[in-house]
Amino acid sequence: MRAAALRAGHGIRWYLRQVTGEAKWDLYLEGCLNDDVEPMSRRDFERHRSEHLNKNPRARCC
Amino acid sequence: MSTVTSPDQTGRKMTPKSMVVWGAVALVGAVCWAMLALSRGENVSALWILFAALSSYAIAYRFYARFITYRVLGTDNTRATPAERLQNGADFDVTDRRVLFGHHFAAIAGAGPLVGPVLAAQMGYLPGTIWIIVGVIFAGAVQDMVVLFFSMRRNGKSLGQMVREEIGTIGGIAALIAVFSIMIILLAVLALVVVNALALSPWGVFSIGLTIPIALFMGFYLRYLRPGRVMEVTAIGVTLLLAAIIGGNYVEQLGLADVLTLTPNNLVYALVIYGFVASILPVWMLLAPRDYLSTFMKVGVIALLAVGLVIARPVLENQAVTKFALDGTGPVFSGKLFPFVFITIACGALSGFHALIASGTTPKMIGKESQVRMIGYGGMLMESFVAISALIAASVINQGLYFAINSPAGATGGTPGAAANFIGTLGFTISPADLTAAAHSIHEITLISRTGGAPTLAFGISLVFTKAFGGGLAAFWYHFAIMFEALFILTAVDAGTRVGRFMLQDTIGNVWPRYADISWKPASWSASAVVVGLWGYMLYVGVNDPLGGINQLFPLFGISNQLLAAIALALCVTLVLKHGKARYVWVPGIALAWDLIVTMTASWEKVFSSNPKIGFFAQRSTYQAALDNGKLLKPAKTMDQMQQIITNSTVDGVLMALFAVLTLIVIASAIPVWVKAAKLGGLPTTEVPRQPSHLVDAAEIFATPQEKEAIREYQTTQRELAASKRELAGSGRSR
Repeated sequence: MRAAALRAGHGIRWYLRQVTGEAKWDLYLEGCLNDDVEPMSRRDFERHRSEHLNKNPRARCC
Repeated sequence: MSTVTSPDQTGRKMTPKSMVVWGAVALVGAVCWAMLALSRGENVSALWILFAALSSYAIAYRFYARFITYRVLGTDNTRATPAERLQNGADFDVTDRRVLFGHHFAAIAGAGPLVGPVLAAQMGYLPGTIWIIVGVIFAGAVQDMVVLFFSMRRNGKSLGQMVREEIGTIGGIAALIAVFSIMIILLAVLALVVVNALALSPWGVFSIGLTIPIALFMGFYLRYLRPGRVMEVTAIGVTLLLAAIIGGNYVEQLGLADVLTLTPNNLVYALVIYGFVASILPVWMLLAPRDYLSTFMKVGVIALLAVGLVIARPVLENQAVTKFALDGTGPVFSGKLFPFVFITIACGALSGFHALIASGTTPKMIGKESQVRMIGYGGMLMESFVAISALIAASVINQGLYFAINSPAGATGGTPGAAANFIGTLGFTISPADLTAAAHSIHEITLISRTGGAPTLAFGISLVFTKAFGGGLAAFWYHFAIMFEALFILTAVDAGTRVGRFMLQDTIGNVWPRYADISWKPASWSASAVVVGLWGYMLYVGVNDPLGGINQLFPLFGISNQLLAAIALALCVTLVLKHGKARYVWVPGIALAWDLIVTMTASWEKVFSSNPKIGFFAQRSTYQAALDNGKLLKPAKTMDQMQQIITNSTVDGVLMALFAVLTLIVIASAIPVWVKAAKLGGLPTTEVPRQPSHLVDAAEIFATPQEKEAIREYQTTQRELAASKRELAGSGRSR
């Protein structure tokens, strides 16, 4: 019972991190580690992402 | 091994267990539909509608969507998707199917599926229910999935691009103009809904107004304080949002009630300024944080509403079919059931706008081809469910009150006494005291002629929540629901203005390249001003229309949205034929045929009907004739208003004709392609040639045990690969 609740909690956290894009940072760090390059700061990384969003607006429907 | 063969693809026979399960689902559906068809009069539970919808969706998803995915489209999970081939971490990015479902749903679902069904409730609950459920299964979800698939096979090309390349240049230009102008109407109608919800509502203005500083705070928090912590800042934002809703109750004590009681015209100016500023600010400041809030509220309220309906089990106050369905004299919008129910409920049954999303970001993020089923078809079923919930919420309200809220001010006269009289002439009874009491129960000044759907829906939601969760919080729930709608309408207005601005810059950039530079301020500012000016004008027209803006503009919006769907479905038909699958052309074909019948009838009536309540030009000549004779015609009270009606009907009529002609141009240029493709058994298309996929992922919502095993195996190899690469790099450096 507790294990199931814990699993569900993990699942929800995983989903929210993915949906909000927070997990992109983890992915980026992992990628840097694999390619053995120095990662940029989180601030710069997020700026980079928002700059991309600035140039590629996403429509919201009715 | 790159994929696991799922039983779905091999066309294996159903197991006895699944036969029993699906037999039971079919039985539940049949019983619910029978109850809806047969019970008349008192005490029909809303749950019959809810469960008729859910079981129909389940069956459609299991059987029809599967047939389309594997037979008609022939998805191939050994073929690499653009996300896999072109992965760049930005546009092209393999995204978990469940996460992508969330993104896609948040992008397609907005105020549309909430407003349309509320207005269509004037014809009774049955026509709307049938159209929402049957329409989504055979038209809306099919369109979304098929466009998504074809765009995915073309590296995520947009609808306009695909029409140009697969149908022809003229069709492509017509589609582009249609998309842009329909977007303007959409933004104007959505903004009109907000204006009607917030006018004379200091509480609403207070809480919605506060969303701007809240979003700005979130933006700065994410930019400077703790970059990237979206969940944390959303939690803070939602808390502040709830505080803003509760705080609205105290506007009187704070002495703000007078300042915040805005007239519709003041709200128009506020929205136009807001729309302009929001669309030129960098997205991190306002748009992105707002989007987090509105998505959270959207999903939260929808889930809460579904739970609330099941707990409250409300009884439908609405009739199954009202007399307005048959005689076409309804006050909310004019015209008979056919074709007007089918264009009033666009989103939720069939929405052309979705084709823009399905050929935008979503196709660039799909990991496996067969996932188009859950994302395209499944996402639209979910939106349809939202529409059904809205229809129920509008149908549990006292019908006298429903018509008092939704009839234009020209009809109700605006005062409780006059409104009660008017409701009496419609054949319903409600006393002036009850009208006032209803408004006071949710701390509003008045509910009379609060058209646009939002106040009705909010009132219905508040009834359901109060019954389900108790606590006498009717006023809080009402404003909570208004906030929920206004929030994502404003997000759609921001985002839509921005998209419109980019489209305009891109188009003008074809002749004047510098104008396309999105970082060049004179271009971006002027393009934004043009877009805002266009929808702002339509909004102003709608707000001041003596005949009622919603009454006049909503049909225009519904028809144009469905005309866009006709363009998208024509593209689907073209591609099915070009790919040599003429035997399956009926799948998009029946949706297209029905949609054309409905929209062409509706636009014909709107343009040519001799009934001034329906035909825009008949309306124009009636009022013009009266004006020439120096006479006033109701509901106009002054000669200025007469002139206003004449101008508005002309603008609306011309736009209506323009949209219909643009669609016909696309269809006309597609027909020769259809004939040729059918004759030759196929034609070359711009589909990207097959490349093998190396990615392992599940094909459907739930991974099978074999798929889970394969995914685990794949992930282990990927990790080992990365580790060995790291080791190699490490040893390389130490040398």
